[in-house]
Amino acid sequence: MPWNFDNSIPIYLQIMDEIKRKIFSSELVPGDKLQSIRDLAKEANVNPNTMQKALQELEALGLIQTERTSGKFVTEEETKILQLKEAYIEDKMKPFLTEMKKLGLTKSDVIDRITRCKEENT
Amino acid sequence: MNEPMIELKNLTKSFGRKNAIHNLTLTLPKGKIIGLLGPNGSGKSTLFKLLNGLLEPTEGELSIEGMKPSTSTKSIISYLPERTYLNEWMKVYEIMDFFADFYEDFQKEKAYSMLEKLSIDPKASLKTLSKGNKEKVQLILVMSRRAKLYLLDEPIGGVDPAARDFILSTILNNYEEGSTLIISTHLISDIEKIFDEVILLKDGELYDYAPVEDLRERSGKSIDELFREVFRC
Repeated sequence: MPWNFDNSIPIYLQIMDEIKRKIFSSELVPGDKLQSIRDLAKEANVNPNTMQKALQELEALGLIQTERTSGKFVTEEETKILQLKEAYIEDKMKPFLTEMKKLGLTKSDVIDRITRCKEENT
Repeated sequence: MNEPMIELKNLTKSFGRKNAIHNLTLTLPKGKIIGLLGPNGSGKSTLFKLLNGLLEPTEGELSIEGMKPSTSTKSIISYLPERTYLNEWMKVYEIMDFFADFYEDFQKEKAYSMLEKLSIDPKASLKTLSKGNKEKVQLILVMSRRAKLYLLDEPIGGVDPAARDFILSTILNNYEEGSTLIISTHLISDIEKIFDEVILLKDGELYDYAPVEDLRERSGKSIDELFREVFRC
């Protein structure tokens, strides 16, 4: 199934996020082998060059590693993963909190609502 | 690999007093998928015809892998024209044979497997197919060649949205690594995710040529939105 993309955001950034999510949620675990660039590009229905760029950036971040002949793997450095996961969570929280602040909600208002949300969902 | 795929130098094509292409200078690399975008009458099809040697430049020069358009460039270019040139009375399999005779690099098995996936009967004659299915047959013919340069003039115009995704993946999966693909289209939002770069033409002149991800990053907009902004009527 092709991945869903928002055309107004660079596609490689969205691919990076998708792979990060897989790693942070342990769908992909340290040492897992990634599919080849061409297969991943096929799955996501994007240009192989774009997929390559996304993987290069993830490698620069230290989330994945290339073994010379056998392909790309999720890093075995778990502290690195945790550290990047923290940063990722912060990144995703920020716009939400800013939006809530603009609406005049204090931190405790937000916490209060989140707890209520949870109760409604369970 | 570093030799450019296409070089245009001060290329001009005029029809009477009107310049369809005016003073176009551009170098296009190998291994990229490039969108050729512009409003109606901006010179997209004219540029394709010039690259194919179907039209002669009025002024300026163009080369493909260093060669002027000729029979040798034709053997490395796979071109999907804006209008069909196939004989309506022919059956699909006859057209496949025809292409296999004509082009050394035509891969028949590939073509048949695509026909099957798109549920097109090889025994059907072309005139009994719908407009969309005719377009699919043409695209299959073009993408089944092992070419260095693919020129697709409006490849998905008449095709339904469900088949568009299939056609896009057909294009992605079948173009040869290291070859260049140029696609002109008005259905930008459907295709833009497969582009590396776009060429924007305005009145036969170059308005912009840039990597798509840079354009998105710079503007925070999709290529489709950018196009609407640049070419607002």
